[in-house]
Amino acid sequence: MPSAPAESLFSGRMLRPIGERSLSFFSYLGGVALLFWKSSVGIAAMPWGVWLTRLVAPWRWREWSADRKWVLLLDQMQKVGVASFPLVFLVAFFTGMVLALQSAYQLQKIQAESFIGSLVALSMTRELGPVLTALVVAGRVGAAITAEVGTMRVTEQVDALETLGTDPIRYLASPRLLALTVMLPLLVVYADLVGIFGGYIVGVYKLGIGSTMYMNSTWDPLTMKDVMTGLFKTAVFGMIIANIACHEGFETRGGAEGVGRSTTLSVVISFILIITADCFFTALFYFVLPR
Amino acid sequence: MIELINLRKRFNGKPVLDQASLTIRDGETMVIIGRSGEGKTVLLRHIIGLIRPDAGQVLVDGQDLAALDKKQLAELRLKFGMLFQGAALFDSLTVEENVAFALLEHARMTPAQIDARVAECLRMVGLAGSQKMKPAELSGGMRKRVGLARAIAMKPKTVLYDEPTTGIDPVMADVINDLIVKLSEQLGVTGIAVTHDMVSAYKIADRIAMLHEGKIIEVGTPDQIRNSSNPLVRNFVEGRADEALLRKGGHPG
Repeated sequence: MPSAPAESLFSGRMLRPIGERSLSFFSYLGGVALLFWKSSVGIAAMPWGVWLTRLVAPWRWREWSADRKWVLLLDQMQKVGVASFPLVFLVAFFTGMVLALQSAYQLQKIQAESFIGSLVALSMTRELGPVLTALVVAGRVGAAITAEVGTMRVTEQVDALETLGTDPIRYLASPRLLALTVMLPLLVVYADLVGIFGGYIVGVYKLGIGSTMYMNSTWDPLTMKDVMTGLFKTAVFGMIIANIACHEGFETRGGAEGVGRSTTLSVVISFILIITADCFFTALFYFVLPR
Repeated sequence: MIELINLRKRFNGKPVLDQASLTIRDGETMVIIGRSGEGKTVLLRHIIGLIRPDAGQVLVDGQDLAALDKKQLAELRLKFGMLFQGAALFDSLTVEENVAFALLEHARMTPAQIDARVAECLRMVGLAGSQKMKPAELSGGMRKRVGLARAIAMKPKTVLYDEPTTGIDPVMADVINDLIVKLSEQLGVTGIAVTHDMVSAYKIADRIAMLHEGKIIEVGTPDQIRNSSNPLVRNFVEGRADEALLRKGGHPG
């Protein structure tokens, strides 16, 4: 075999861009993984011992408000969780109603309206609750995190943290990672319930299914597995959102325009990764692992 | 003593620092002058380890920054204070929380001691009583002064000033200059400032170094710099544009 053509192919115009693209793709992946590792170490380094001993000692509870690390974490949990309640309510409620309406349109043709409750409950807990909530939170919270951290980066506040002897990753990324990983599953429990409630409203008041019958058809097919796998993947979605948002924030360059660019990028990448991870987990839980 | 030895740094293949060497003695105020985009800020950032050089060394009291691990570097940084160009105040925190930031994190002090130290620093920069304000409520000059108060809160040995007088009015610039002189005289801190404001440079400097095309081309007292025989330095300090000379970047024949 002559080796000359192969050589020109590898050094040539065709492969170079592919090589450069994949290099930058893998270095991006590496950057995200490294940030994930460092923020996780930062979470492990939080003063858990102090917090636990304080938790069982009510007479020391007024120390909570003076504990800066705790306040930092609580603040993020509030921003991620509590502040997302109204939006998640709206999205889940209407999704539940639409699910019931759409399925009623089909199921009425075969006189199977009694399954509407099951359909809504299973769809919400397995799929729509986790995914829609994650997407909403990626748009609401992920974008805010990237904009905040990105602005701190371009106004040298991240550098200022370093000169003051504080690790920006532990100060900014770790609390956000933990807050999203904990709060997103809680939001999904809420979204599941609200979605089921939305379906119930339509089923009982619009379609005239009996209240008891609707509730039975909701709870009967639901297994622990449906809820737990939904929550497990949600925790992963939370990690994805926090990690991508902080990474894009830290990587921001170039003033206000740069902040805009990385905020968009953060939301887009989070969306793609959430959908991809969702597909992966569904395949894993329902087709690879034994039931 | 801080020694920069043959620093080299490239960004995207473009050399910013090219064999830059400079020694800063304890207690002096060194001002680094040079045109915008010549890498003055990059040089300053090397001193505190925010940027690592491609080649060359940064020695702080004989200690090579590159040899330090993360924790040691964080400790060493506490001996430095840095005033950023835009002050870089944390805008989610109040003035008080900004100034107290490093104290809360690293100093073993009671809340009362911290309050006292914050008040002392704010008084020193002429902003006593502004503890509860948010950075967004402050003017540019006030932000810089709060930034300065934050930089000196840990009683650093060395303070780095990145363009301390850029973007504020001349009167306020003079206030900042006075503060820098006061810090140097009263507290004996070593100062390293980067600026292209010659009024400020003459006022605060014990020695001036000029950075041009990635090299320190001249170091001297303000008088020596003012009467420099190097046309590049003279053009700069007198504010004359000699494009041909700047392009050539060296001594004429």
